[in-house]
Amino acid sequence: MSEESSVKANQWRLVEVGRVVLVNKGAYAGKLATIVEIIDHKRILVDGPSTEVPRQAVPLAQVTLTPLTVAKLPRGARSGVVAKRFAESGIAEKWAKSAWAQKIKSRQVRWNLSDFERFQVLILKKQQRYEVKKALAKAKKASA
Amino acid sequence: MGRLQEYEVIGRHLPTATDPTPKLYRLSIFAPNDVVAKSRYWYFMKQLRKVKKSTGEIVSIRVIAEKRPSKVKNFGVWIRYDSRSGTHNMYKEYRDMSRTAAVETLYQDMAARHRARFRSIHILKVVELEKTEDVKRQYIKQLLVPGLKFPLPHRIVKSKQIFSASRPSTFY
Repeated sequence: MSEESSVKANQWRLVEVGRVVLVNKGAYAGKLATIVEIIDHKRILVDGPSTEVPRQAVPLAQVTLTPLTVAKLPRGARSGVVAKRFAESGIAEKWAKSAWAQKIKSRQVRWNLSDFERFQVLILKKQQRYEVKKALAKAKKASA
Repeated sequence: MGRLQEYEVIGRHLPTATDPTPKLYRLSIFAPNDVVAKSRYWYFMKQLRKVKKSTGEIVSIRVIAEKRPSKVKNFGVWIRYDSRSGTHNMYKEYRDMSRTAAVETLYQDMAARHRARFRSIHILKVVELEKTEDVKRQYIKQLLVPGLKFPLPHRIVKSKQIFSASRPSTFY
């Protein structure tokens, strides 16, 4: 074998103190929280003072790990410390900029469109399609 | 409120001519309601002292609420339980937020592993293990490692679609 192959280890998102987590189910669905302590293999103690998630034990099945982490969070930190470190790490801004959060937002916007707004979207998409096809036809003609 | 609550039940033998001020006895009982708590109190009192419900009285029954429900604690539980062919002592450890939660998990655990029912189990002692050195069981010790972190590999996402253009990815 003349080629060198390298095996790269997987970089999973880790369940750890400080990991930011998106709550899927329950009263706080769709909100961010931070892992404050790991209870056991299936449960975590989670807290989101700045995102209105009260401190509680949550099963890992009801939660999705995000790629964000809150830095310098001590194990079992109380809500005040969690809020401070959350703000220091700028999680809210990082989350809002992420493609994931923007997709969630656009899904919400689409779901809440009124009939007239949907009509407007139709017209705008048609205009976009027309411009794209026009440019494509021109390019084809120029190269042919 | 979960399935169980912790009650502090204090009772005594009724006063008689020979003993006008009998001793008070206090038990900590885990039960779903106060009716069961009082019943279990008499069950244990009868085993330990010469008193029964008709010759005694319950002086006080209080619900003991968890002091720090948002603190994760390690509990050591001493039990005595009846198996099909004898009665045994056991020591188990649980990591949970409250005494009642740990005891509920204990009952489920005993039912699963030893087919022991509520009636066959006596909870002797539930102690919060404050120091990490006091934890004896490996299955709890492994969770007390400082800087514990682990991935959740091979994530299986329940698909909301019946048909999909691409195979799902299990990477998390």
